[in-house]
Amino acid sequence: MIASDVLIAQNIGFGIIAAVMVVAALRVVTSKNVVHAALWLVLVLSGIAAQYVLLAAEFVAVTQVLVYVGAVMVLFLFGTMLTRARIGGEADLDNRNWFISIPVAVILLATMLFALADGFGDEKLPADSTPISTREVSDSIFGPYVLPFWALSFVLTAALTGAIVLARKD
Amino acid sequence: MLLNQFLFLGAVLFCIGVYGVITRRNAVMVLMSIELILNAVNINLIAFALRNGSVDGHVFALYVIAVAAAEVGVGLAMVLLVYRNRRSIALDELAEMKG
Repeated sequence: MIASDVLIAQNIGFGIIAAVMVVAALRVVTSKNVVHAALWLVLVLSGIAAQYVLLAAEFVAVTQVLVYVGAVMVLFLFGTMLTRARIGGEADLDNRNWFISIPVAVILLATMLFALADGFGDEKLPADSTPISTREVSDSIFGPYVLPFWALSFVLTAALTGAIVLARKD
Repeated sequence: MLLNQFLFLGAVLFCIGVYGVITRRNAVMVLMSIELILNAVNINLIAFALRNGSVDGHVFALYVIAVAAAEVGVGLAMVLLVYRNRRSIALDELAEMKG
């Protein structure tokens, strides 16, 4: 990366958002409080929506905010409230094999970073590409990708029916 | 912008999610870590969509978001069921299938 290239606004934005996201993600997996972890997860998911905007994917960013920050987080908070009597710190959130997970994560990260640096190097994203419009996305969903769309509709119906059947009290 | 800065961010989030899945004992926290993993994958899909100038990555990312929403719904219903039967959602206590 050239020095003059580092200081463009997009890269500064990316750096700040990425740093916030990594810190928040670490807090999600280390926090001693389930509700705090869920709120840190909101920060990570919002940061991902911001990265989608940087990557010229506005529709996916809006969907991310609607589905994840809106719906999924409400589900998580309800799940937390329904499965725990008290809202507060809990000491035994981690299991006994935490010492395995650190080397696993570090080795996986080192392998992936090496492979990515080796494979893509300094490849630049096209700076002057026109953003993909929602119209193109919908043309693609209801055109060549309509079969996965149908399959997904069945998956959603089955999942929601199954969730109701599982969760109802008899 | 480099392609790799987004791929690196995705890799870091993915590994943090893997750490969470292995470490956490509370089932809801494991589901949150799985969300981290799925979102890391989505960043890669969108980054490659921009790199190739194609719309396929966007479509696939939307499908991943929908599948993740279904997964969270079913997952939390199962967690609720386990909690109702056992008064606990600690995953290492669910060891009946261990021989």
